[in-house]
Amino acid sequence: MTVGELRPPAAPRRHLLSIADLAREDIERILETARRMTSSLDREMKKMPTLRGRTVVNLFYESSTRTLASFELAAKRLSADTMSLRSSGSSVDKGESLKDTASTLSAYDPDVIVVRHPSIGAAALVARWSAASVVNAGDGKHQHPTQALLDLYAMQEALGRLEGLHVAIVGDVLHSRVARSLVQALDLVGADSTVIGPPTLVSRDLEALGCATSNDIRDLAEADVVYVLRMQQERMSAGEAFIPSLREYTALYGVTPDRVRPGQVVMHPGPMNRGVEIDAQVADSEAALVVDQVRAGLVVRMAVLYDVLVATVPERIPAGVA
Amino acid sequence: MLFSRNGRSDSLTLEGRVLAPAQGIDECLRITVTDGVIAAIEPAAANALVIAPAFVDPHVHLRTPGREDEETLRSGTEAAAAGGYCAILAMPNTEPVVDSAAVLGALIEAARVDALVPTGFMASISKGQGGQELSEMAELASAGAAAFTDDGKPVVSASLMRRALQYSALAGRPLALHCEERALSKGGQAHEGRVSAEIGLGPYPSTAESLMVERDLALAAAEERPLHLMHLSARESVHALRRARDAGVAATAEVTPHHLCLTDEAVRSLDPNHKMNPPLRSEDDRSALLEALRDGAIGAVATDHAPHARHEKDVPFEDAPFGVTGLETSFAALHTYLVVPGDLTLETVLERMSTGPARTFGLGEPRIETGARANLVALDLEAEWKVTENGFRSLSANSWLLGKTLRGRVVRTVADGREVFVA
Repeated sequence: MTVGELRPPAAPRRHLLSIADLAREDIERILETARRMTSSLDREMKKMPTLRGRTVVNLFYESSTRTLASFELAAKRLSADTMSLRSSGSSVDKGESLKDTASTLSAYDPDVIVVRHPSIGAAALVARWSAASVVNAGDGKHQHPTQALLDLYAMQEALGRLEGLHVAIVGDVLHSRVARSLVQALDLVGADSTVIGPPTLVSRDLEALGCATSNDIRDLAEADVVYVLRMQQERMSAGEAFIPSLREYTALYGVTPDRVRPGQVVMHPGPMNRGVEIDAQVADSEAALVVDQVRAGLVVRMAVLYDVLVATVPERIPAGVA
Repeated sequence: MLFSRNGRSDSLTLEGRVLAPAQGIDECLRITVTDGVIAAIEPAAANALVIAPAFVDPHVHLRTPGREDEETLRSGTEAAAAGGYCAILAMPNTEPVVDSAAVLGALIEAARVDALVPTGFMASISKGQGGQELSEMAELASAGAAAFTDDGKPVVSASLMRRALQYSALAGRPLALHCEERALSKGGQAHEGRVSAEIGLGPYPSTAESLMVERDLALAAAEERPLHLMHLSARESVHALRRARDAGVAATAEVTPHHLCLTDEAVRSLDPNHKMNPPLRSEDDRSALLEALRDGAIGAVATDHAPHARHEKDVPFEDAPFGVTGLETSFAALHTYLVVPGDLTLETVLERMSTGPARTFGLGEPRIETGARANLVALDLEAEWKVTENGFRSLSANSWLLGKTLRGRVVRTVADGREVFVA
């Protein structure tokens, strides 16, 4: 085997930067791949050779437990070499710019760079300055596309369909990249969503994402899925007083047993604040899919790595081009 | 009040369709300039060029002293010359801030060596732009300050703003205001609306501008003092301006080419060259700005030319500094995006880029008449050109027009009797 043969064939790079870049068939293809991956998890030998010889770099500028862990494990299950870089203890600590870090990493020819960063547009910037496929694992308040895909996967597994589902998303939508990606993904697959929260965190402008908005928790009743967002302590800090207190927030918008009707499923991207946005009884109930979401996270991220590197995708004329 | 490199005046002739809206001139003429002065104006045959009074930019960041890596007096005035300008006013938010006669004096001396185009310097309203104490406005005015502003920052204290209005009577120079209520704009990255909500960018609501506009107009009314509102972006601000003017307040205003040509839809690209303060707003705001420019409530186009080093803009949108360059593209942008489609007349654009700002700041109005100093720009309206990173005279290239093909080009600029640019 010559050195040249070691290189994968040159194909246009594909990224996963935002749900807004996807079409319905992209989502369906990724979810279908994830279903096929699921069967591998039941085998004794869990590793697949699919991405042998490929390199996946996780570049994380924000603390993360489950997202980083599931990307690492997903890459390993597919036999890729992985390397995880966190902002602390790296050159980032020494003031290196994201652009320079992206080009430096490119010297190792990674096939995929998975990026999490506190600033909107960070993943797109890495895509611009490296030759790898870039997967956005969260950029500021903008997008967290793999979370939305795993949520769709968990919903479909639990309810058997996505088309026509009604999902109520409760909480701090204004500051949530999870909600932004999820609303757009639901819209693409033909499901409806309503975002519910106090007027300071849920404005009519959010309807631009493709959802309805409400300030009334009773609107939960119409939903098939209750999706609860984490309420962050800093939303009450001085100068950032979006809500008067967690106590009042819980009273008005906490997802408690009396607000969940039989037949509904409850989801949460984690980590949960029990007793704040979600009651412990609800979190531990049969209706809660929280653990299923984590499990879905692994197969969906395997599917995403497979999709950007291996899957053959039909040529599509981008939306807006006549 | 305007300072430039010492040197000889030029003799030359310019021929074309002469368009000087403020003087009611629109005919094909030959203009003969002798030793920097318009010596003769005679009928001529038509050709492809439009000759107009050269432009005046009341809002330029020359970044000098302190950030000479981003712009210098020389590069900034070369950029101005290429943009058709015969006069520019530089902002004082430099390092150090232009808040003393010593700093101002050094700039004026430097301009006498380096400024290709006559340049005026604004001084700060407050010492160090700290918003606490007034700068020595009377001394600064007699040392040559063109006007006063804390641009880049609002005057937060209503009390200091009131005193500045009162005290500016001694200076006899205009106050130019950057209106921003920072309690509302804090963390703001883009206009509060559907686009910011969809992307998740920190919202910068229209009220963050218009509340401060209302406050400053109320103070100006009470003190019976004039004021100038910089880079207006919101419909509500335009309404406040109109109400105040109707009530007799001597309020003037400017608007930038990017606020006239773009809306917050452009922010979807997450291109840091679409990040400015105030932010790009909605189509409704843009149409209010256009209407005000047409009817003269807003009398001046100002570029708010804000050079930034490449490495400062090569970062995620949220981490990038506010501001874009504009000196070399302002006329072509307005012509391409507003005159060609019929949203503005060529006459309006020429007047608001020249006579309007000159009058607003009490600078000599560029005129086309025999005996006047020659301040002329020649324009080729049919020329198409592509904006490229390497095509700027400015040291910075953070233009919202990179990669765009524009129609209409400055081909020759005469500033204060000197030919400063030939394409």
